[in-house]
Amino acid sequence: MTEAKTLGETLRRQGVSRRGFLKFCAATASVMALPPSMVPVMAAALEKARRPSVIWLSFQECTGCTESLTRSHAPTLEGLIFDFISLDYHHTLQAASGDAAEAARETAMHENFGRYLLVVDGSLPNDNNGYSTIAGVSNLDMLKQAAEGAAAVIAVGSCAAFGGLPHAAPNPTGAVPVSEIIHDKPLINISGCPPIPVVISGVLAHFLTFGRLPELDALNRPLAFFGQSIHDRCYRRPFYDKGLFAETFDDEGAKKGWCLYRLGCKGPMTYNACATTKWNQGVSWPIEAGHGCLGCSEPNFWDAGGFYRALSVPTADIARTAGYAAAAGLALGAAAGVMNRRKTSTAVEQHETVTVDDLEKS
Amino acid sequence: MNNAMDFLLWVRGPAFDVAVAVFVIGVLMRLLEIFLLGRRPNLSEARGSQVGPGLKTVATRFLAESGTLRRALFIVIGGYVFHLGFFIILLLFVPHIELIHATFGIEWAGLPTPVVDIITVVTLVALIALLGYRLAHPVLRFLSGFEDYLVWVLTFLPLVTGYLAFHRLVNPYSLVLGLHILSVEILLILFPFTKLMHTFTTFLARWYNGAMAGRRGVES
Repeated sequence: MTEAKTLGETLRRQGVSRRGFLKFCAATASVMALPPSMVPVMAAALEKARRPSVIWLSFQECTGCTESLTRSHAPTLEGLIFDFISLDYHHTLQAASGDAAEAARETAMHENFGRYLLVVDGSLPNDNNGYSTIAGVSNLDMLKQAAEGAAAVIAVGSCAAFGGLPHAAPNPTGAVPVSEIIHDKPLINISGCPPIPVVISGVLAHFLTFGRLPELDALNRPLAFFGQSIHDRCYRRPFYDKGLFAETFDDEGAKKGWCLYRLGCKGPMTYNACATTKWNQGVSWPIEAGHGCLGCSEPNFWDAGGFYRALSVPTADIARTAGYAAAAGLALGAAAGVMNRRKTSTAVEQHETVTVDDLEKS
Repeated sequence: MNNAMDFLLWVRGPAFDVAVAVFVIGVLMRLLEIFLLGRRPNLSEARGSQVGPGLKTVATRFLAESGTLRRALFIVIGGYVFHLGFFIILLLFVPHIELIHATFGIEWAGLPTPVVDIITVVTLVALIALLGYRLAHPVLRFLSGFEDYLVWVLTFLPLVTGYLAFHRLVNPYSLVLGLHILSVEILLILFPFTKLMHTFTTFLARWYNGAMAGRRGVES
């Protein structure tokens, strides 16, 4: 439940020094591209902030988003911040289960009506409410009820943000993202499969500091993290510019760390912060590990034509189309040829010669 | 279509299919029709072979005559720069080679991207200069119709959108890449039904000229 203690008090009780706390504020401010003057503002605001109630709903998802958050950031200060929100409902993480868990959710919603943050991961089945239910309540109903009293809705992961894997063709459940259901609340999409943990803590810190969501891009993602593409910040970019590409995963180019464009890297179209924040506490990230970007923070990345086909390659089967079209073109050309011949021979047949006698008659 | 990604997926998917189908059907249909029209049978005794002179003329007409060079040097040079540039960009830019490789299974070495970049700028300048010349020259302007300006735009758009996409001058990238691919699709769709068909018919015309002259035993 939400406690009356401020974040500052709780942090000090946990043995976090003021210096450590300010370092966190500075890091968060810089990663969110806020000016340095915002650091003391953020520190002051976070110091005084009461633990906001957070309700985390999981719908059609794989728990990868939760895994990402819990595993990789448990020892860092982001992890502590995570402790200092009041996570009142998260059916994977919470100790309570069954009726007790649902009761906790309802109590939190009731007590913090209008103030709690609603985090959603997973998409919603829109074809049939029965496709995904929790404690007998359909995902759709649970989201609508929970969103009613929420101060803001945070869609975590590509499923909640854009539909993700459940939404991929042929989309058997009619999966839709949160944005297609909730229209009347501030909504932020933290896309990625899974999303970067620091993005979540950054957005939460921003919300605690300013009382509103950060600046968003056209897809409702926080600009601070999704403002630049993977390609623009990729350390392999100089190889792209020079035209040096790995052509297989084990050739000389791959060993030398050349650009992975030809191996299907979707970095040029993908907006995310992997290249700068990296993963596993800054250890590495997919491209550094030698694999192209899948484009997981972009809508419909599952259907973007194959992870190992270059971005410039059409998703359609062009060779087959060209083959059928060639047959059709030749048939039409032959038909046109026959028609032209017929026209010529008809003209020859109908050609009437005129003699001098004919001319004299008239 | 809600966002730039949907747009990109549409142009890379169904739209590309349609464009390629229209292009292949249109080009083959028109070429076969021209072949089947044939020539009026020539009953005179042949004074020379058709094949050799025909092929020779296909090759020699790449060079402009001295008279043409004198009278229209600007068009010859501008035309050459633009055509060569266009084909270098089309065939030697690595993402384009990747498309051909994925579609037809053949590939070759590409040029370093900064080289393609410079060639793109030169090609764009040549195209703009040729349009300026066309507008400024009274006779050329008189002879130019809607279609001439249309094919100029159709050729110009893929180059300029490709340049914008390569330099990432429009955000999001999926939008500008989508526009680039769309501009190529529009080019492909209108190609068989406009003067762009000269890409193929030029060689047919040269062949007929050379072959006919060869049969008569005269130089072409």
